[in-house]
Amino acid sequence: MPHDHDHDDHAPIEDAGAGEDELLEIAIRELLIEKGVLTAAQVNGQIDAMDSRTPALGAQVIARAWCDADFRAGLIAAPLQTIQATFGMNMSTPLELVILENTPQVHNVVVCTLCSCYPRMLLGIPPAWYKATAYRSRVVVEPRAVLDEFGLTLPPEVEVRVSDSTADLRYLVVPMRPGGTEGWPEDRLAALVSRDSMIGTAVPSVP
Amino acid sequence: MSEAPFRYSPGDVVRVRTGPPEPHCRTPFYLRGQIGVIAGIAGRYRDPSLMAFHKPGLPERALYRVEFRHHDIWQTEAGPDRIMADLYEHWLDPATRETPDAP
Repeated sequence: MPHDHDHDDHAPIEDAGAGEDELLEIAIRELLIEKGVLTAAQVNGQIDAMDSRTPALGAQVIARAWCDADFRAGLIAAPLQTIQATFGMNMSTPLELVILENTPQVHNVVVCTLCSCYPRMLLGIPPAWYKATAYRSRVVVEPRAVLDEFGLTLPPEVEVRVSDSTADLRYLVVPMRPGGTEGWPEDRLAALVSRDSMIGTAVPSVP
Repeated sequence: MSEAPFRYSPGDVVRVRTGPPEPHCRTPFYLRGQIGVIAGIAGRYRDPSLMAFHKPGLPERALYRVEFRHHDIWQTEAGPDRIMADLYEHWLDPATRETPDAP
């Protein structure tokens, strides 16, 4: 057949076969199911639960914190309990969530230099760059240069505070509410809150 | 499990130990030997260096949020930037800091 058509720029539909890690995962999963430790439904249920967490959840929380001072105070004092009580999503985890509030004086940015710890309960799966060695090693050494590359240039007098989630705490940045959004409803505000602004590599702005 | 009191309080100056090596250690190398200040007490958690090997991770370890000055760690010009890390008590020793905090 002549090659007379264009190809879209997408990933190959058929993959080249399972790699070593994938084979290991399949083997362990099938053994656990065969031995009755887990059921296939439980495995799928967990995948569904993970996929249901997206940055939209975090954005909803931020928008509420911008609008409701009582909620914001509760969020800082007892983050997971307040989110569960307000929005109804199950936040049970042995981890603790810590809220980092950006101010005109302090800009927070989050990393896990040791692996890829991330507030998955609110933001879902971390982006590939968050897990990459380049981000993890550079943001603690030259945070301002890294933020510049994300398109975020901060004045020299603003403190850049990098939180390295080395242990049992997970961090969520509460960015500052952009000017010109007075009176906006929460859903319109939430649309301004990007995933990166909750990691600290961006700030929300009004388009 | 009996709960020992927290050894450090916010404001205390500490130095991160340089070792000994520990499997699945949660103390990053770039902070070892560095001086920081306790910013907050995070609570008590099971020891991840033991849990990684399917042990219960007990007794629980006190965990602190510790603040470091960026320029102390990387020997750069003094500036406002800070690095916060979560460190377990058994990795921290009491210390003093010669130069006071920059404004």
